[in-house]
Amino acid sequence: MDYTFDFTSVWEYREYLVNGVLGTIRLTAAGTLFGIGVGILGAVARAWNMPGLRQIYAGYVELIRNTPFIVQLFFVFFGLPAIGVQLTEWEAATLAMVINLGAYSTEIIRAGIEAIPKGQIEAALALAMSRYQIFCHVVLRQALIKIWPALSSQIVIVMLGSAVCSQISAEELTFGANFIQSRNFRAFEVYFICTGLYLLMALSLRQLLASFGRRVLVRRAP
Amino acid sequence: MNRRTVLSAMILGLTALASGFVHADALDDVLKNKTLRVAVPQDFPPFGSVGVDLKPVGYDIDMAKLIANQLGVVVEIVPVTSANRIPYLSTKKVDLVISSLGKNAEREKVIDFSDAYAPFFNGVFGLSSQKVGKVEDLAGKTVGVTRGAIEDLELTKIAPAGVTIKRFEDNNTTISAFLAGQVPLVATGNIVAASIAEKQPNKKPEVKFLIKNSPCHIGVNKNETRLLERVNFIIAQAKKDGSLNRIADKWLKAPLPADL
Repeated sequence: MDYTFDFTSVWEYREYLVNGVLGTIRLTAAGTLFGIGVGILGAVARAWNMPGLRQIYAGYVELIRNTPFIVQLFFVFFGLPAIGVQLTEWEAATLAMVINLGAYSTEIIRAGIEAIPKGQIEAALALAMSRYQIFCHVVLRQALIKIWPALSSQIVIVMLGSAVCSQISAEELTFGANFIQSRNFRAFEVYFICTGLYLLMALSLRQLLASFGRRVLVRRAP
Repeated sequence: MNRRTVLSAMILGLTALASGFVHADALDDVLKNKTLRVAVPQDFPPFGSVGVDLKPVGYDIDMAKLIANQLGVVVEIVPVTSANRIPYLSTKKVDLVISSLGKNAEREKVIDFSDAYAPFFNGVFGLSSQKVGKVEDLAGKTVGVTRGAIEDLELTKIAPAGVTIKRFEDNNTTISAFLAGQVPLVATGNIVAASIAEKQPNKKPEVKFLIKNSPCHIGVNKNETRLLERVNFIIAQAKKDGSLNRIADKWLKAPLPADL
């Protein structure tokens, strides 16, 4: 093997990697926050048979879960301008991630809601809890605790999927790595470091989500 | 020295002298045979490709026909590839090479180049509503470019402060971004711009300024000065009377640049 490794040539472009990591974190944070919001609304609409909303969500979930993310992203960025909706690459990337996570988390959270025994809700009604209190404390909290491992896996998948957003020139980590590689042609070194950074981010995210699940969801009982 | 030696020496001398006078160059051969053999590409539109009737068509083919017309001879089109176009010329299988040939020092050692007959450049293009005349006007604007391409490297070097350069993964994505209006300006080659103009005539990219210029020249064998001069004369005529502009408009959807 006569390839000499040269990691220093990647060090001089480190600002692209740093900006890339920040970009990925921004996209993941915005995508997760709004995506889970969309998912909770969808799960409730489907589990509690809200008229109108249920059918819309059913169609939306089937469409998004059965098409590739990159196609959805290209449709938002390249296709929407044809009907007059022009989004910047960050807006388009965030929107595509929210739509994508929203569909998957709808189904995940719906499974959690449907797993709660009816008796719990009846007991809560008997204790004169308002509908809002029942939803927050009895239904949603227990559902989230049940499906938290599955949901945090989906969040990490979405974070790794943000790499695709480099295709529309959103300057996140994969874009940074591709850029550096196109300048110094050190593909092995660049992508080795890029993989390491994604690994670091994914493991940290999992830890963060797991500790959120333990401390906030489970333990915050008054 | 006896008579025989002197006689043979005289005959040898005369033959040598005569061969010097009787030497026919390529231009004479072309005019005598009434045929101009030209090497053209068939895999590089719009310079040379194959039409629906399997006949070669393109900018270079039209150029070959123009030159043959001006010489008053018939043109014989010889399709070649990028690898064998210069060997075909050196081995005299063709008289001219009209194949989007760029001039560089290595090739200059082997063949001669005529004046430029077709533009071939990288530049910044955009819709006519964008008022950009030179690289400094880019400040505050957004330019799309294919990552790692020659336009990316050159533009990054010369771009002023305040320019947003959006890099896309490949040529097609860059073109899609331009056509979707996501980037009002795009740095690419004039061939790519021509293909955009062909597919979407209402979103024609106009050239704003050049980044790197490498116009196409016609290849002629070394030591064929008469043929070279004649070809240069025909090119100059065609530029003056507008026939070259017609070819450029037809294949590149843009007129010839003024400094060709």
